[in-house]
Amino acid sequence: MSGYDFDVIQRSWVYLFRDGMSFTLTLTALAMVGGIFFGTLLAMMRLSRFKALGLIAGGYVNLMRSLPLVLVIFWFFFLVPYIGAWIIGAQDPVRVGSFLSCLITFTMFEAAYYCEIMRAGIQSIPRGQVWAGYALGLNYWHTMGRVVLPQAFRNMLPVLLTQTIILFQDTSLVYVISATDFLGAASKVANRDYRLVEMYTFVAVVYFIASYSLSLLVKRLQDKIAIVR
Amino acid sequence: MNYNWDWGIFLAAEPGGTGSYLKYLVVGLGWTLATALAAWAIALAIGSVVGTLRTTPHKWVVRLGNAYVEIFRNVPLIVQMFLWFFVVPELLPKDLGDWVKQMPPPWGSYLPAVMCLGLYTSVRVAEQVKAGINSLSRGQGMAGTALGLTLGQSYRCVLLPQAFRIVLPPLTSEFLNVIKNSSVALTIGLLELTGRARAMQEFSFKVFEAFAAATVIYLLANLVVVLAMRALEKKVRVPGLISASQGTGAH
Repeated sequence: MSGYDFDVIQRSWVYLFRDGMSFTLTLTALAMVGGIFFGTLLAMMRLSRFKALGLIAGGYVNLMRSLPLVLVIFWFFFLVPYIGAWIIGAQDPVRVGSFLSCLITFTMFEAAYYCEIMRAGIQSIPRGQVWAGYALGLNYWHTMGRVVLPQAFRNMLPVLLTQTIILFQDTSLVYVISATDFLGAASKVANRDYRLVEMYTFVAVVYFIASYSLSLLVKRLQDKIAIVR
Repeated sequence: MNYNWDWGIFLAAEPGGTGSYLKYLVVGLGWTLATALAAWAIALAIGSVVGTLRTTPHKWVVRLGNAYVEIFRNVPLIVQMFLWFFVVPELLPKDLGDWVKQMPPPWGSYLPAVMCLGLYTSVRVAEQVKAGINSLSRGQGMAGTALGLTLGQSYRCVLLPQAFRIVLPPLTSEFLNVIKNSSVALTIGLLELTGRARAMQEFSFKVFEAFAAATVIYLLANLVVVLAMRALEKKVRVPGLISASQGTGAH
């Protein structure tokens, strides 16, 4: 070890944040929105009175939760071009950029985890609320959309955000398909300049500061929105 | 879908000359389990101690335990993997660092992977153990003190035996998580199950057969663990208690 060279960070931080961190943050934000959307749908399916829907959603969620994320990233990375070809009716697999591939992967994968959170949220709502909705003449979608889900979201907001912090950390695994997220960018610089120690330490510190401050914010929010019952 | 399936590929020889692809993947499962079990031993040992310490009345011990948990919880697993593999050997005394770096494969990746996964999982175990102890009624500890037990004794004989039974289900999902998380070790060159499925895809171009096989093997491994842990739960159950608490678990 011939001394540290923290200069490498000063030389590369613009690239790290402009190319890398923006990839990570965009992916996290979009996958969170998509994941919560599909997760909520899955949760509604799991709780639906149609048994078949519940079985399909339950099977999907359990499958996703039993597999390592790395394997799922590989699956989608190779599968998405074929699905794309199937949708547009092309003969050959379509070319899909790494960002889109990652976005689909994380949306579908995290949906399974968001589903379990939303399911707990929906189940925490007293059944009388649903009956009250029906008694007022609302249909299923209105009861869900106007009565149950707003309360479920509110109750589960801290947990949803905690899962998003996990998602933020998990996006670093796109390294396995050589996407240039924050870690990928740092690793490129590290290998080019042979400064692995400095770069990976820096990456760890940045992730720590980001995740830790987010988790403190979530804790604060939790205290603030807690409903006294 | 325009894809030529060829399930016979599993009987073909893999280019490394160790036998068929099927055997190649099963050996991969062996490495996955070897990594997960060794890491689990570390995680259980450290996690139990840290989790217990965080419930003691000593303020600074609690703070130290909290700091430990926050550090390992807020850095992504793959980054921790890189720290153990690339950074730690450089920070060790030179001779020791060189010895670590020159370990023959796969031990050169196995050791950092086990250390990384062990400590990463230990904070999750610590959280569960702490939650288990806190879920006991305060009177349990007080009764221990009233009987004249020391703090250590009341933990060992009263609190921990109950707490561990309570947190057994969430610990099961943590163990499943270690198995899944061990796949991240492929980034530092450990050829475990996912790594071997990936390698098989590169050698044979049979993408979906390789990943389908890995998927099935992971599902079977999950199933075995879940059944084994359920049997264990049944065996250690205290009659008359409702075993509640379902773990959700991160990944």
